[in-house]
Amino acid sequence: MATLNSKIPTGPLAEKWRKHKTEIKLVNPANKRKYEVIVVGAGLAGASAASSLADLGYKVKCFVFHDSPRRAHSIAAQGGINAAKNYQNDGDSVHRLFYDTLKGGDYRAREANVHRLAEVSVNIIDQCVAQGVPFAREYGGLLANRSFGGAQVSRTFYARGQTGQQLLLGAYSALSRTVGAGAVDLHTNSEMLDLVVVNGQAKGVIIRNLVTGVISRHSADAVILATGGYGNVFNLSTYARGSNTTAIWRAYKRGACMANPCYTQIHPTCIPVSGDYQSKLTLMSESLRNDGRIWAPKKSGDARTAADIPESDRDYFLERLYPSFGNLAPRDIASRAAKRVCDEGRGVGTTGLGVYLDFADAIGRLGEPAVRERYGNLFDIYHEITAENAYKAPMRIYPAVHYTMGGLWVDYNLMSNIPGLFVLGEANFSDHGANRLGASALMQGLADGYFVIPYTVGDYLAGQKSGSRPSTDGAEFKQAEDNVRGLSNRLLATKGKQPVSYFHKKLGKIIWDHCGMSRTKAGLESALQKIPALREEFNATVNVPGSAETLNQSLEKAGRVADFIELGELMCRDALTREESCGGHFREEHQEADGECKRDDQNFAHVAAWEYQGDSKSPLRNTEPLNYEFTKMSVRNYK
Amino acid sequence: MVAVNTQKLFSVTLRVWRQAGPAQPGKFVEYPAKDLNPNMSFLEMLDVVNDELAAQGIEPIAFAHDCREGICGTCSCTINGKPHGPGKGVATCQTYMRSFSDGDTIVVEPFRARAFPVIKDLVIDRAAFDKIQQAGGFITARAGSAPEANALPIAKGDADLAMDAAQCIGCGACVAACKNASAMLFVSAKVSHLGLLPQGQAERDRRVLAMVNTMDALGFGSCTNQYECSAACPKLISHDFIARMNRDYVKASFRSAFKAAPANTSGGGA
Repeated sequence: MATLNSKIPTGPLAEKWRKHKTEIKLVNPANKRKYEVIVVGAGLAGASAASSLADLGYKVKCFVFHDSPRRAHSIAAQGGINAAKNYQNDGDSVHRLFYDTLKGGDYRAREANVHRLAEVSVNIIDQCVAQGVPFAREYGGLLANRSFGGAQVSRTFYARGQTGQQLLLGAYSALSRTVGAGAVDLHTNSEMLDLVVVNGQAKGVIIRNLVTGVISRHSADAVILATGGYGNVFNLSTYARGSNTTAIWRAYKRGACMANPCYTQIHPTCIPVSGDYQSKLTLMSESLRNDGRIWAPKKSGDARTAADIPESDRDYFLERLYPSFGNLAPRDIASRAAKRVCDEGRGVGTTGLGVYLDFADAIGRLGEPAVRERYGNLFDIYHEITAENAYKAPMRIYPAVHYTMGGLWVDYNLMSNIPGLFVLGEANFSDHGANRLGASALMQGLADGYFVIPYTVGDYLAGQKSGSRPSTDGAEFKQAEDNVRGLSNRLLATKGKQPVSYFHKKLGKIIWDHCGMSRTKAGLESALQKIPALREEFNATVNVPGSAETLNQSLEKAGRVADFIELGELMCRDALTREESCGGHFREEHQEADGECKRDDQNFAHVAAWEYQGDSKSPLRNTEPLNYEFTKMSVRNYK
Repeated sequence: MVAVNTQKLFSVTLRVWRQAGPAQPGKFVEYPAKDLNPNMSFLEMLDVVNDELAAQGIEPIAFAHDCREGICGTCSCTINGKPHGPGKGVATCQTYMRSFSDGDTIVVEPFRARAFPVIKDLVIDRAAFDKIQQAGGFITARAGSAPEANALPIAKGDADLAMDAAQCIGCGACVAACKNASAMLFVSAKVSHLGLLPQGQAERDRRVLAMVNTMDALGFGSCTNQYECSAACPKLISHDFIARMNRDYVKASFRSAFKAAPANTSGGGA
């Protein structure tokens, strides 16, 4: 049974972080260079952590599976980053950002973590501007803001529709600076395939060089995973094709608890699926909902084109159902509403799985050039993919998998239940509860890397004797390397008939059908039958061509999909056990009369942290109660 | 404008560069690609072909890709002689099969440049770009040391122009398109982005000198102002930034040649 001590500091909510920073242990500057920290991943969280720790004086080794840290999928975030600057004089504050985020997460996140996130949000904007991130500005030269879902203030900072790109390039520039200065030892094309635990503490990793196939051992005083989310378990998602769960999944199999894996985010506005060859779904930023209006025909089976449907036959369903937030209702709520409309037969497009996102009003009000200035690149992307002009006819959109709120369990210091293993950004579970608000992922990744881990890693390292890093010749390293080689060899030796993509598609369909936007007991139980069968089929019939000694993309994919199959099973188990609806986790058995989520705070106001018990045994479900000291858990209302 | 193919399913022949490793010789090999949907992306077509090759016991074609939405800069195919293919302002991953017609032969190669050696098939090594960034593509700003963000107003025009340059996705199409394999567009985009902003001034000279000198040392060629780079750029970054960088470079060279060396101000405190 894992010990889950959240280590939330005592004292008033707004004082906790400040107090904690003054009380945790420090490593003196001359000693920092004696400690080595491994950072896996170099997206927003990983790159900001690696450069910040190097600036403090720690020796840092950073591993990324991409050919350059600049390719991490943080780069694709479009809309923006939240911060409680209150530059718009519209009533924003740290407390309001805290409250919106906590409520947006349907009261399933920790109060103290969320408050800290809101506190440091303002420092993030300062930091990014100092690095040269070209945020949008007003004519007076000051920073501009826009609105995002789940908030009634304008607190989102943005760089056209490429905010993630600009923030990542900022973090990448800081990382590059520290690499150039010799303070970070950067390894590209390097995938982490196992975690090494020595005497109960995380002390190293096993890495495969994806170009040469060479497997190497690396020891450290602490290991930080910042390897992103696991949404590709659905196969079709807005994630990059390479995004995977392997690093955190293998850490799970070494004893790190996986928290709330069923909390996944389905983003309401993505370009609908067009065919079964499809590899990827593309997001249309939430920022479009500032000016776009979402609607569907009132009548089911209405085959007229959008232009031929008069106002009186249109249902602007978000505005109708949620008048005070309208088109800016939170993502989980907007997605479910779109699904319901399509389930009623009112969906549009050839598949019937789509609703309109219409800019005619905005173009009428602001003119096409103003709309182009705000969203031009998004309209261009839409045109490339669909060959349709969204200035002339409304976009068709449908919900798609976009983010995972679940992840490895961490305490207030972002350390997992394995001492010395820290988890940052989307890879952890900590700040978004059961639903993440738009423009909060970028905020969390950078908060963790620039402003949390530089303090909290020191608290752990101060308790480790410097120079006590284990040798990579030790038995634990050898065992982990043997494990990695064994996995690769098994995949290559199967020599079956089915390509990896066959299994990934099949898994994705099972998870989407039974553990997607809406879940039932029967559906989840059937998924828990189908997934082990799929795993058997995979083990018996997968075809992985080529060898382990060169660049072998089939082998990379096979290892990742094998992990997704196991993770998918855990997600369904988690969703089945959580007998309530909250945020992105919607169990049909638990809904209000109007179809909204029915939480059960009596029995489920806790984090479910799953602990691996071996391949042949069911995992153990540990819980961490969510004790709200300052906020009342209430019914989320956006009406 | 690329022709739009709206026919139902169609077939093409791929003429693909196959190369087993960096030191091995490569060659073109032809494969059929059948029953393609015009709405497929070019990379989705390669996915389908690869599954067919694997089923026949042929090793799939290695190609670089990740985000598949034109922003990560990983994909790097030269299609029919054009880096990223026939479309304007798009990456390989945003090239759709509707740009091709039934019966076409499509030639697919990696980006070619001495500084981008081939790793395997269509995958190249672009570590040289990272090395240029590490030499000076940054503003030194340690976490925790930043002033209040609105303390430094930046004229909208400057911020917008900096953003135009900052959009570079680091794919290397500019290098592949240039007959000299010059990296001037890539380097000038970063130099201009940071040099246009007030917070980038302190390191402006150091930055341009270090980045340009590193670029030269890594085997990229010189610019002869033919602008194939900006034509091939998936973000349509303007070659005007090259002129801007050249001015910066000349000024920085003069200043560094004639500037008095600062007195040694380091040393321990009391």
